[in-house]
Amino acid sequence: MIAIIKYNAGNIRSVQNGVSRLGHKSVITDDKNEILKADKVIFPGVGEASSAMNYLKERELDHLIASLKQPVLGICLGLQLMCSYSEEGNTGGLKIFDTVVRMFPQTDKVPHMGWNNFSSVKGDLFNGISIEEDVYYVHSYYAEISSQTTAVCNYILPFSAAMQNGNFFGTQFHPEKSAETGARILNNFLQL
Amino acid sequence: MLKKRIIPCLDIREGRTVKGINFVNIKDAGDPVELAKSYVRQGADELVFLDITATIENRKALAGLVERIAGEINIPFTAGGGINTLDDVSDLIKAGADKVSINSAAVRNHRLIAEIADQFGSQCVVIAIDTMFVSNVWSVFVDGGRTATSLKTIDWATCAEKMGAGEILLTSMNTDGTKSGFSVEITREVTRILNIPVIASGGAGKMEHFKEVFTETGCSAALAASIFHYGEIDIRELKRYLINEGIAIRS
Repeated sequence: MIAIIKYNAGNIRSVQNGVSRLGHKSVITDDKNEILKADKVIFPGVGEASSAMNYLKERELDHLIASLKQPVLGICLGLQLMCSYSEEGNTGGLKIFDTVVRMFPQTDKVPHMGWNNFSSVKGDLFNGISIEEDVYYVHSYYAEISSQTTAVCNYILPFSAAMQNGNFFGTQFHPEKSAETGARILNNFLQL
Repeated sequence: MLKKRIIPCLDIREGRTVKGINFVNIKDAGDPVELAKSYVRQGADELVFLDITATIENRKALAGLVERIAGEINIPFTAGGGINTLDDVSDLIKAGADKVSINSAAVRNHRLIAEIADQFGSQCVVIAIDTMFVSNVWSVFVDGGRTATSLKTIDWATCAEKMGAGEILLTSMNTDGTKSGFSVEITREVTRILNIPVIASGGAGKMEHFKEVFTETGCSAALAASIFHYGEIDIRELKRYLINEGIAIRS
């Protein structure tokens, strides 16, 4: 069973649909026990960082997520909340990834919205994925590049398209909305 | 590099698309879900579903349709048509729409944009603007283009961005349905002033029109309905053409 962590905002249904199209059962939940006993956990999210973090704290899910031992995939805001800090709402993160989240300088259209490719990819999520392939992004904040960055995308500046620290993975793009390429990346996670 | 998006629009009437011609491998081109899947196979970058009847009963049906679409397609999509309240938006987002497109209701109540952005994030708010060049001014029209307003297009687009819109869908009524090309002038002006992405719409008739709007304006995407629906332009061919012309397109 895949646990998809329930939030107060955003289109979580899409993630569940994406998982289900790959033949996996999932449950959308904020129940601690259900999350703990899941084979894998997906931490999705579109929305605003500080209110999402407050929601997690109220349910004591912040410490729980950081303590998980099974593979965990943060998507979009999920990845950003797994970092140490976000400029959005001056929000302290889960400190799983050793980087910070900043707002894009407005030297081009913000949000970064649409399909973009990679300047580099590595690691288990990107098995069989080439840097020419495009995935779908929609975000105004980005995670700075660190030693845990596993994929780099260029928009305004190079930023972390994906990160990994042990059993924790994160993608800034939406694999569930990225056509066949996204499905292969999501499948790579589900096969871990 | 960020790619320019090609967006087919599906007009929905009582849960069905108007039946097109020249469709191969589709059992039922009047079924929006079948048609959507066909566009995804052709390489569409995003889809827009517009309920053109937009009555209260149809809005409920639209949420049901959105739920089916969300289960079947794996690219982002926008739902719109007759959205008046935060509850309407909530129903569509919960059903699985990535974005909602709002037109007249936002013109009549600017605060609606901020309310949606606060609750669901700016990324899901597409403000659709119907614009027409009359008496030497690009003005905003509402109610499906039937009612003129005193708003200038540039002023309204700027206001919508300030209120928290994530994207503008700009339709030129002067060119819509004419197949004579997008309105380059107003699209260029709006994209120059705004910092959020703009989707150009209205007037696509041939592949060169897409090249023109992508090279002559700062638009992030181009939308068309009938030329895709009636198979006059194949999305695959269009994308090959644009790539050959040196435009950044997802292949």
